[in-house]
Amino acid sequence: MAIVFEKPKALADVTMHYCPGCTHGIIHRLVAEAMDELDITGMAIGVAPVGCAVFAYNYFNCDMAQAAHGRAPAVATGIKRANPDNIVFTYQGDGDLAAIGTAETVHAATRGENITVIFVNNAIYGMTGGQMAPTTLLGQVTQTTPYGRTEAANGYPIRVAEMLATLEGAAYVERVTVDSVKNVRNAKKAILKGFQYQVEGRGFSLIEVVSTCPTNWGLDPVEALDWLREKMLPVYPLGVYKDKFAQEVGK
Amino acid sequence: MSEKVLMKGNEAIAEGALLAGCRHYFGYPITPQTEIAAYMAKRMPKVDGVFLQAESEVASINMVIGASAAGKRAMTSSSSPGVALKSEGLSYLAGCDLPAVVVNIQRGGPGLGGIQPSQADYFHATKGGAHGDFHMLVLAPNSVQEMLDYTYKAFDLADQYRITAMILGDGILGQMMEPIDISPKEPAKLPPKDWALTGTRGERKPNIVNSLYLNPEDLEALNFQRFERYRQIEEKETLHETYRTEDAEIVVVAYGAASRIAKNAIDLAREGGVKAGLLRPITLWPFPKKPLRELADKVKAFVVAELSMGQMVEDVRLSTESLRPVYLSAHTGGVVTTPEEILEHIKQAAAN
Repeated sequence: MAIVFEKPKALADVTMHYCPGCTHGIIHRLVAEAMDELDITGMAIGVAPVGCAVFAYNYFNCDMAQAAHGRAPAVATGIKRANPDNIVFTYQGDGDLAAIGTAETVHAATRGENITVIFVNNAIYGMTGGQMAPTTLLGQVTQTTPYGRTEAANGYPIRVAEMLATLEGAAYVERVTVDSVKNVRNAKKAILKGFQYQVEGRGFSLIEVVSTCPTNWGLDPVEALDWLREKMLPVYPLGVYKDKFAQEVGK
Repeated sequence: MSEKVLMKGNEAIAEGALLAGCRHYFGYPITPQTEIAAYMAKRMPKVDGVFLQAESEVASINMVIGASAAGKRAMTSSSSPGVALKSEGLSYLAGCDLPAVVVNIQRGGPGLGGIQPSQADYFHATKGGAHGDFHMLVLAPNSVQEMLDYTYKAFDLADQYRITAMILGDGILGQMMEPIDISPKEPAKLPPKDWALTGTRGERKPNIVNSLYLNPEDLEALNFQRFERYRQIEEKETLHETYRTEDAEIVVVAYGAASRIAKNAIDLAREGGVKAGLLRPITLWPFPKKPLRELADKVKAFVVAELSMGQMVEDVRLSTESLRPVYLSAHTGGVVTTPEEILEHIKQAAAN
């Protein structure tokens, strides 16, 4: 019997702790598939964040570090500068990357650190039970914006991909999502490219993945995907925001 | 005979690190330690090393965490307000059992404080330095030569015990110049870093560098293990120096720059007929409790001379079980004590 579908080798054979309908599982799988396809698992070193993905260090079959909240790009910088032959990636959520770790993110990008950043944007702090994130939408109700996020009190959501695209040091920045088969395939391509660029020494890549949090959004998994499409994608449009080497590598 | 080179204390620290094979330095400018970064910026490219000026103190210590996790000798340096910012990383280094060398060339505080020499970060350095149950191994040089020698040693100790070794200096030691010997040293025999993140290369299970343990029993067991290592450090690595203590009635306890001033005070006291001596802790953690306790049986009183409102004085009282009076000769905020002031305290202690 032919095997048509199996677990990527770079994904550890353990049960993940993610909630039903959470898209972290898909994104982990895409990262692992990219590692398999490029045959880099043995050289890879991942850096887990603080937040829902903190246990990522148990989910990949490669060396892993767990960083303090927001510091993953700095830890990854230290690892990559120490061992430039390793393939170094961070996996971070929106609170980690775009609030407490904004400085580390921006400066790793502007230095053009040759690392790959997987940025999961679900517009909320998941692990702590659903508080406002820097990416929380205007009007969105969270535990710490019980009457909805307002411009006056909380300011506006941060668009990370657009912001980093302005930095010369960033080689490749794309925003993708995983709400449909087509979009999952696109996300896979983007993640693969992010790692490929690092293998080729092209510098800093960030792939922002617009993601769901059914538990803290108070929606079922299907409703959450609808909410992502209806509410999040207009604020966070998909697409390539920066590709320094687009002409060279062709599309 | 090796040739001597005239160097600043801060530069000697950098040179000591290079001699120890440190090729990864992550820094951020702050007075009065910036010469370390400047020296590293010049030298690292010439030895195929990495010098990186980070976006913040926080980022620089996390870069040290990364490089250390990757199995390399790594260092960062700063001065008091900057070291406060590094505290988060100090705790993670301990929680991950990573070796690192961190330098604090202290200045006056609190807050932005001043830029003049101080020893006000004694508590921060010796009582943990951040959240959680842990220690750093704290070395307190008192000359430019020792800035080099103890920085070199700090790397060996850090690797041996998987601990952060801190060089606790001050603005005087950082800025002063002395002729020193910078010849290479014999490398120590150290355990292999088989825990390091270097990529599995398909040949071993993944290594994980982590400080998160949700099961309290697991975390307690790990802290017990770590404290067993600390106990070994206390037993084997405690360092101190004595000066004229054999027949001393009054013993001054001072470290770093203050210990040099204290030596002068002791000589002045002896000239005046008071039998004074000095005990100078070289490791501040572990603290030389034993020799102090032994002295407590022989002497009349202790005088602690420090450039803070009185921090080490607490450890002296604990170590001597308050068997003898402990007087404090203190200056703070960047004001440096004089031998005459310490002499006054010695005389007072002798007269009481």
